[in-house]
Amino acid sequence: MTATDSLLGRDLLSVADLSAAGIVEVLEVAEAFAEVSRRSVPKVPTLRGKLVATLFFEESTRTRMSFETAARRLSADVASLSVATSSVKKGESLRDTVTTVEALGADVLVVRHPSSGAPIQVSHWAEHARVVNGGDGWHEHPSQALLDAYSVREAVCATRGLLAEGSGASVFEGLRVLIVGDVRHSRVARSQVLCYRALGARVTLCAPGTLLPRDAGDWGVEVADDFDEALGDADVVSLLRLQLERGSGASVPSLPEFTATHGLTERRAARLGPDAVVTHPGPMTRGVEIASSVADAANALVIRQVANGVAVRMAILYLVLGGNPSLLEASP
Amino acid sequence: MTASRLLLAGGTVVFADGARRADILVEDARIAAVAEHLDAPGGAIVLDASGCAVGPGLVDLHAHLREPGSEEAETIESASRAAAYGGYTAVVAMPNTDPACDSASVVADVYQRSRLAHCEVAVAGAITKGREGTALAPMAEMAELGVRIFTDDGTGVQDGDLMRRALEYAKGLGVTLAQHCEDASLAAGGVMHEGRWSSMLGLRGQPALAETSMVARDLGLVELTGATMHFLHLSVPASVRLVQEARLAGQPVTCEVAPHHLTFDDARCATYSPLWKVNPPLRPEAMVAELRGLLRDGAFDAVATDHAPHPPEAKDRTFDDAPPGMLGLQHALGATVEALGGVDGLDLVALFSLLSRRPAAIARLREADERSAGHSPQGGDLLVGSVANLCVVDLDDAHECTPHSILSRSGNSPYVGRRLAVSVRHTLLRGIPTKRDGEVVA
Repeated sequence: MTATDSLLGRDLLSVADLSAAGIVEVLEVAEAFAEVSRRSVPKVPTLRGKLVATLFFEESTRTRMSFETAARRLSADVASLSVATSSVKKGESLRDTVTTVEALGADVLVVRHPSSGAPIQVSHWAEHARVVNGGDGWHEHPSQALLDAYSVREAVCATRGLLAEGSGASVFEGLRVLIVGDVRHSRVARSQVLCYRALGARVTLCAPGTLLPRDAGDWGVEVADDFDEALGDADVVSLLRLQLERGSGASVPSLPEFTATHGLTERRAARLGPDAVVTHPGPMTRGVEIASSVADAANALVIRQVANGVAVRMAILYLVLGGNPSLLEASP
Repeated sequence: MTASRLLLAGGTVVFADGARRADILVEDARIAAVAEHLDAPGGAIVLDASGCAVGPGLVDLHAHLREPGSEEAETIESASRAAAYGGYTAVVAMPNTDPACDSASVVADVYQRSRLAHCEVAVAGAITKGREGTALAPMAEMAELGVRIFTDDGTGVQDGDLMRRALEYAKGLGVTLAQHCEDASLAAGGVMHEGRWSSMLGLRGQPALAETSMVARDLGLVELTGATMHFLHLSVPASVRLVQEARLAGQPVTCEVAPHHLTFDDARCATYSPLWKVNPPLRPEAMVAELRGLLRDGAFDAVATDHAPHPPEAKDRTFDDAPPGMLGLQHALGATVEALGGVDGLDLVALFSLLSRRPAAIARLREADERSAGHSPQGGDLLVGSVANLCVVDLDDAHECTPHSILSRSGNSPYVGRRLAVSVRHTLLRGIPTKRDGEVVA
C-alpha cells in the first residue's frame, strides 16, 4: 500500500493512503470550497446528479451532518442509513447492505462503523461507488484529521501573517503537536499521527499508561510521561474525548483523576505558549478533558474545526468522485 | 468392498525408524507384503507411487466437523472428503457442536453419522457440561463408548479448581484432557494478537500471555494431579518451552501446533479480512519463525489442523464480529513440509511422526477399539499384517492451491493462492483408496 499524491477518483480509507502532496491537495481544494461557504448562496452545482450515501452503523450527529451538508453544498443528492432504522437490525449482513445501497445508485458511500476496518471491507465489496471512511472503531477518522490540519494551518498562517491558501505544508515543518488523552481507543489520534507526521510535524503522545497504545513507539512519535512538562513546548495541543463507550472507563480510576493528570485545566492552559492552539474533535466533555473556559478561549479552534469540516468534506467528496477543475470554478 | 488386492509401486516407504524404497501389496485391507520390488498379482489394482513417500494415513487431533448443528458450514461427509484429500485416514472431532458433545448420546450420534465418512472419526468429548466451564460433563459414560480425549476447545476451562477436579477425574478414567489455553480475562475479548499490528489497525489485541499463563497453570495442575494432558494449538514460543521443560522433567504432557501458526503472521490482519481471524491469533513474524525452529527441534508432538469451517456469510462480517477459524485438513501436510524446511533434506520420519504416528498415539488410535465407531489401528508401522491406512505423498508436485480444489462446504482456506511443495497422490483407508491419483474417490 503506497501513499498517493492525489485523492482524485480514489477511496479515502486511511490517511496513510495519502502522501504529503495528497493531503495538501485536500487542504487546497478545501480552501476553494471555503470560499463557496462564504457566498450568500453557499452552493455549487459540482456534484449535481450524484448520490452520496451516508451509512452510519454507529450513532453520530456531527460527522454525519457535516458530510451531508458538504454533499448538499455540492448539489449532490443525499441518502442516509442509520443503524437505528436500518435492516442491519433485522440481521442483514454489512455486505448485503452495501450491495443494496450501491444498487440504489450511490456514487459515494460514507461509512461510519464501530468495528475497525469495516470501511476497508466495504471498499472491497463496492463495485463502482467510492468509499469514504467516516470513522471506524479505534482505527481511523481521516476526514477529522484532515480538517484538524486545515484548521491548524489556517490558525498558524493567521498568526504568522501568511495566506493559508497555497501555503502547502510549510507551516507544519517542525511544528510541535501534542496529542493528549485516550489515544488507545481513539481513531482520531491514529489519523492525526499519520496526517501531522506526513506533513512534517513532530508529534508527541501523552496519556495515562492504560490509554496509551502498546507499541506506540512504532508510530514514529515521542511519548511524554508528564503532561505539564510536554505542554510548554507544544504549538498544537490536540485533545481527545475519553471514549467511555469504547472501554476507556475501566482504564482510569475516576474522571477527576484523569482531569488532574491529563485534563487541559485553566492552570495548564495558562502555561501554553502565546501562539499555541488547542483542537478538539468534539463532542467535548467540558470539565473532564478540557475546562469550560479553555474550550471557549480564543486559541481553541473547536468551532472553526466544525465550520472547516464542511469545506474539507466538500473537498473529499469532490476529489473521490474524480474532481473536475472547471466545475470548481463554476459560480452558482 | 471388493478390490481386495492393490499394489503401491515405486515409492519410498516411511517406517517408524527410517525410510526405504519399497513396494507395498495390500490384500483384504491389510498389508500383505513389503519389498523392494513386488510383481502385481493378477487382478490387482496398481497405484503409482514413484517419487512418493508412503507413510501411515494422517491422523488429525483437532478438527471441527460442525455436525451436528452447523451443517451449513461443514458436514462429516464434506469434512471427511477434505480429510481424504489431505491424506488423513482419521480425525478427532471437536465437541463444540450444537448440541455440544458432552454426553454418550451425542457421542453415539456422531459415530452414527460417521459410518459412511471418507475417514475414520474419533470423538473428543467435552470436559464440562455444555462446554460452559461450570460443571463436569459425564466423562465416564463417554469413555465407556471409547472416547479417550476430552476438551472444551473453543475456550479454555477458566476455573482453576474445576480444571483440577477434571484432571483428577480423568486420571481415574485413564483418559487425556486437552486444553485450549486462553485466559479469558487476559485475552479481554481481543480479536487478534496484541502488538504492533493491533495498535496500528485499531483492533483489540490479546496478549501472548493469555495463552502462556494458562499453559503454566495447567502444567502445575498436571504436576499436582499426575493426570495426562495435551496442549492444543500452541501459538507462542514461550508456551512451547514450558511444555518442553515439563516433558523433560517427566510430566505426561504433549502438545500440538496448527499449520497456520507455522505459516502466516499477524501482518495478514492488515487487510481486515476475517479470513485471517483465528483463535489463538496469528502471531508476529518473529514468533512464527521461532515456532518453525521449535518444530524442527522436535518440540511439538503433533501438527493438528484446527480445521474450522465457516460459511461465507459468517466471514462477510467485520473483523470484530466474524467467528474465528480457518480450514486446514486439505493443506496441513503441505504447510508442515514447508515449515520443516521444504522437500530438500526433508526428514520423512519426523513428518509422519508429527502428522500420523504421534497424534494417533495421543488420541489412542494406534490400537483398534470395537467400542467406538469400530475404528482400525491408525498411525501404524507399515509392517506385514497391519491394516492398510496409508498416505502417499508426491514429493515432486509443487502446485498452487486453487479455490476450486476446496472440498469443504466452506471456503475459508488461507492456503488458496499459495504454492505448496507437495501433494497427496493417494490415500488408502483400510486398503481402499479414498483419494486416487490426486482425486478424492466419490
